[in-house]
Amino acid sequence: MNQAAATPAHAHRDDFGAKLGMWLFLITEMLLFSGLFLAYAYMRARYPAEFHHAGGEMNAVLGVTNTLVLLTSSLSMGLAILAIQRGERSRALLGLAVTILLGLVFLGNKAFEWTAEIHHGNYPGSKHLATLPPGEQVFFGLYYTMTGLHGLHVLVGITMLTVMAVLVARGRINQDRNVMLENGGLYWHLVDVVWIFLLPLFYLAA
Amino acid sequence: MSEPTSQSSQSSQSSQLSHASQGVPAASGHAGPEYRTFIAVWGVLVALTALLVLVSRSGQNAAVWGLLLITPVKAALVFYFFMHLRYEGLLLKTVIGVALVTLIIFFALLFSDIAFR
Repeated sequence: MNQAAATPAHAHRDDFGAKLGMWLFLITEMLLFSGLFLAYAYMRARYPAEFHHAGGEMNAVLGVTNTLVLLTSSLSMGLAILAIQRGERSRALLGLAVTILLGLVFLGNKAFEWTAEIHHGNYPGSKHLATLPPGEQVFFGLYYTMTGLHGLHVLVGITMLTVMAVLVARGRINQDRNVMLENGGLYWHLVDVVWIFLLPLFYLAA
Repeated sequence: MSEPTSQSSQSSQSSQLSHASQGVPAASGHAGPEYRTFIAVWGVLVALTALLVLVSRSGQNAAVWGLLLITPVKAALVFYFFMHLRYEGLLLKTVIGVALVTLIIFFALLFSDIAFR
């Protein structure tokens, strides 16, 4: 008891360990998405014409818009972390708010896009898709799997950043202790990197 | 009442200035990132995205080359600057390097399999 009381609360703090652990997790995420990228590469090599044709049905403007949205959210995330490390709490909160807002804009665009595609009958198991050649069915299967899994990550990221914004506002994440926010930022940036690859695969393929 | 406030804002301003002036030779001395470094990286990322879109419009082959050359550069910029790899130690860089090399090997094996099938 006495010993525990004498030991300061931050005695076992290991910021580098926390960061290394986060990176190891991110590596598993990279492997997860890479499996899908490999599947895409194989299928595109097998059905080049079908991928070209199906890619033409994608809305490139929405894809590029969402890229700019996520790139900008990465900037605001990075600035929020810099701000908290300099002890500028209100700037950090502003950066987080912008990041969360842009994440929601991304998901809104995504919902709009999926709604349009489903309206066109391009969804897994649809009658329209069953009439298309196998290569195009594979394209849409990969499209929904990969953008869906990515969208799920954006949703997780938004939730996590919202919790962290509360912790910043309460001073639990501050200039001295901010590795949690830094790790949250790492996750958000990785989600951005995945989208950087998804853009040319699906939206600029035609 | 107002005197200490203005003083403190002045001092914080001057400390920001000194930060900014340190930013120029940042590559040599200053350990941490700067606001404007991040904004510049964001600008480059947006420019590369525009370039990728332009290249992709000029044909299927160009699109593939754009994907293979421009996209990894964009990802590397995010890793190096936004994800602070530039400021990390050798251990973390090695761990991530091993993972990336492993992924590249996976892709090389897959492509060689496709090419010689």
